[in-house]
Parts: sequence; C-alpha cells; structure tokens
Amino acid sequence: MRDTIAQYLYIVAGLAFVFAIKWMTAPTTARRGVLAGELGMVIAVVGTFVRPEVTQFTWIIVGLAVGAAIGVPLAAFVPMTAMPQRTALSHAFGAMAATLVGIAEYILRQPHLDRFTMVVLGFEVLLGGLTITGSLMAFAKLQELIRGRPIVYRGQNIVNLSILAIALAGIVWLAIDPTAAIVFGVVVAAAVAFGVLLIIPIGGADMPTVIALLNSYAGLSAVAMGFALDNKVLEIAGALDGSSGFILAVIMCRAMNRNFRNILFGAFGQVTMTAHDAEVDDRPVRSGTSVDGAAILDGARLVVIIPGYGMAVAQAQHKVRELSDSLERSGTQVRFAIHPVAGRMPGHMNVLLAEADVPYDHMVELEEANELLSRADVAIVIGANDVTNPAAKNEPGSPVYGMPILDVDRAGSVLVIKRSMAPGFAGIGNELYHLANTTMLFGDAKQVVGSLVSDLGQSR
Amino acid sequence: MNIQTGLYVFLLASFLGFELIRRVPQLLHTPLMSLTNAISGIALVGSIVIVGSSQSVTTTVLGTIAIAASASNVIGGFLLTDRMLRMFRRRR
Repeated sequence: MRDTIAQYLYIVAGLAFVFAIKWMTAPTTARRGVLAGELGMVIAVVGTFVRPEVTQFTWIIVGLAVGAAIGVPLAAFVPMTAMPQRTALSHAFGAMAATLVGIAEYILRQPHLDRFTMVVLGFEVLLGGLTITGSLMAFAKLQELIRGRPIVYRGQNIVNLSILAIALAGIVWLAIDPTAAIVFGVVVAAAVAFGVLLIIPIGGADMPTVIALLNSYAGLSAVAMGFALDNKVLEIAGALDGSSGFILAVIMCRAMNRNFRNILFGAFGQVTMTAHDAEVDDRPVRSGTSVDGAAILDGARLVVIIPGYGMAVAQAQHKVRELSDSLERSGTQVRFAIHPVAGRMPGHMNVLLAEADVPYDHMVELEEANELLSRADVAIVIGANDVTNPAAKNEPGSPVYGMPILDVDRAGSVLVIKRSMAPGFAGIGNELYHLANTTMLFGDAKQVVGSLVSDLGQSR
Repeated sequence: MNIQTGLYVFLLASFLGFELIRRVPQLLHTPLMSLTNAISGIALVGSIVIVGSSQSVTTTVLGTIAIAASASNVIGGFLLTDRMLRMFRRRR
C-alpha cells in the first residue's frame, strides 16, 4: 500500500519536473518553472519517506541539514561572475551522490546482482566518477586555483582512451562475475582518473562546452541510478538533465566552431586551434580617446553593444548600463548583441547584464543582432574579440573560419574597447581593428566606458 | 526489475527533454542549467532509501554523504535559480 502511494507520488513529481522545464522556455513563466521543480522535489522526497523500507530517519535528517548548510549560503552569496564555478561544483556534488549510492548499492546487493543491474551500476559509477573529478578540475581552473592554460602532451589521447577502456573492460568483467569487488574498485578509480585527464587539455574559452558536457554526464549517472533502483522519477529527472546538458554542449560547440564529433570526449584533439601562432600584424589602427568616442556616439539612432568576457573581467557591466541609459536619454536606441559563447558558461553574459539592470528585452541573440548590426550607426565592442572577426566569413584558411560571428564590420562606425592589440583565444589578429570605420579605445573597459559616459554628458 | 519499462521512460523523457530544451532561449541558459542541476538532485531519493533502510554502517555513511551532496544541490539550486530569475526585468 505505502509502496503504491510512493509510486503515484513519483509520477506526479516526474510531471512537475517536465512542467518546470517547459516553463523555463520564456522569461515570463520561468519563475513558475522553479516553483514546479520545487514542488516536484518535495513530492518525490515525501514519496520516499512513505516507502516501507525507509524506517531510520536520524541520518537522513543529518544529511539534509548538512546539505542545507552548504547549499543555502552558496545560493545566497555566490556572485554572478562566479556562476560557472558554482555550477561546476554542483555538478561534482550531484555526481558524488550518484557515485556513492552506486557503491553502496553494489555493497548491499553484491551476492545477488543480476547482470543488467551490475552493468547499470558500472555505468553509474563510471559517469559519476569522471564527473566528480572533471567538475572539480573545471572548478579549480575557473576559480584560478590551478592554471587555466591547456596542458597537452604526446600520446594524450592514447593515455585517456586506455584509461576509459580499462573502466569499460572492468564493467564487462563485472557483468560476467559481479562478485569481483576489486574490479569494481578499479572501475571507480579509472573513472576518477579519467575525469582529471579529460579536463587537463581544456582552456578557459572552452569551459562553456565542458560545463554543459559535465552537466549531461551528471544527468546520465542519475539515469543509471534510476535503472539500478528501478525508480522512474530518477530516470525522468536524469533524462531531462542529460538532454539539457547535451543540447547546451552542442550549441556551444557550434558557436565555438568545434566539431560535433568531439563533444562526447570534450577536448580530444581540439587544442590545435590555441596552438596557432599569433601572426604579427603591424598594419596601422586608428586609436582614439573617449572624447572621439563620445563624438561618434553623439546623434546615433541605433547603437549595438557587443559585450565579451573581457567586460566581466573588468567588472564594467554597471558602467556599460550607465552608458546605455545615457544614450537612451538622448533618444538613441541601444541593444546588446550577445554571442552564444560570450562568458564562461551558456547564457552567462545575459545573467551578468541582467544583474547590472539591463532589461532582458534589450538583449538580442546572434541572428537578430546581425540584422540590427547591418543598420546600426555605431557598434561598441567591449572585451570581445574572436566572435567579431570577419575572417570567420572571409578567410577559409583561418582557424575561426566558419564560426558564427557578430557582423560588427557592417555597422556604420565601430568602437573597440580593448586593453591592447593582444590576440584573443584563437591566437589570431582581427581584421575588424584595421577597418576604416573602426576606432580603437585602448584601456581598462570600466575606465574607458566611464569616461565615455562623462564625455557624452558634457557634449550636450 | 523492469528493463523495458525503464527504457521506455528514459527514451520518452529524453525526447521530451530535447524538444522542450531546444525552445529555451539563450537568455535563460544559465538559469536552465542551474534548474536542471537542482532537479538532478533527485539522486536524493536514492540516497534516502539507502540510509533509511539502514543495512550497514558503511552504506549508511556513504548514503549520508550522498544525501548531503544532493540536498545541497536541490536546496541551493532552486534558491539560486530563483535569485537569478528575479534579476531578469523588462524595460522600465
């Protein structure tokens, strides 16, 4: 009886999760989606509490209390710039739960494990294990606890694939002989090692893809847990998480000009692009002051701002919003063109701008942005580089060729706010900086935008 | 153990997930990831069963850590998603 109640509650919870995702498709209903997710979770937990085999509550309450003590401060105080790190950390937590439950299940059911459950438990700890260390590595790189530079060595792919092969062979062995506890340990160890090796060759700009990918793996380990426990709500929630991470990884890959084939294994063979030598480009650029910049902006009807991660690093987003307000007061229409990979995780730039009080209906995605750019009077590039490089369209030999870019070169005038002429992630020069209608405003983004705001005020 | 039903559920839920998530605008990708993260804290359910059925010291320890880890994702994840979404405003 109590088991039946639990199963029905799980069905309701699964439905609530589907609605939670459905309502996330529009900003007007998104908060309702959170509510649906919370409800689903409460129902699923209540459903678990009524199950007849759940009789001891002391340690459950201890665990929940510790979880709340970690989760609440993380949610309340993490700055929006640190969202990628926080997300990586929570992928590690989720994967840790899946892995530990997998190990516990193996210990509990070990003499009587059927082949299917054994294989599923194998995949649960494999996906979970590699996501724990992979996410912790990503966290450490994003938090700059370890150097973010990609580390590449000869035979890297062979080493990585061998370790993965060991884990898979271990699962096959366990399918034949589930009692081989040492082999189970080897699978866990190989998974954990594989996670570290997977992230070593990945650099900062590739983090959006990697975070999305780890999200997918964490979801799939929850699905495996669902299969092992024959629990449908775990399968549903895990499948939603897994497909979400997968889709985001594909979107990021396309936007980064990465091969779709490579995404399942993260950075395998992808680092050649960073190794590209920066060509010395000594053609002249026109550099100007904030007064020149303000003169160009004065009287513009449509201004498109292209923010990149450099803007977030300089903490310039509030100044940028002031600039936008100042322009709008004089009748200029201002839009923010956001490239899919701007920032360090999918949608990161949108959150950073929202935090700085930029209304979300002023933020436009790639396609609409390019339509606007073709009739914009001025485009202001702030801390973005490769995503504006016309070489992506014009130079078939360029490492960025084929990458979807923002057509900044089509705007009437272009202002580029940049620290120096240093190349971006792709390690190549940017034709945009040498165009006749481009003015470079060198300096710290926050200061330059600040002076633009005050110079604009004086010119009126 | 019902393998076929499990596969049905998994495949249909994945398909539904793909179709819904494709429609989420880039604007909401970070909150989406934060929300799905909270939802995948459903591992909490599995951890509670292990601890609640209290069969050995080892599994209770493993399970309690798993509860703490997934509960921090659930509680923190939903709170954080809502905190982010409150910042998204239309033009004043």
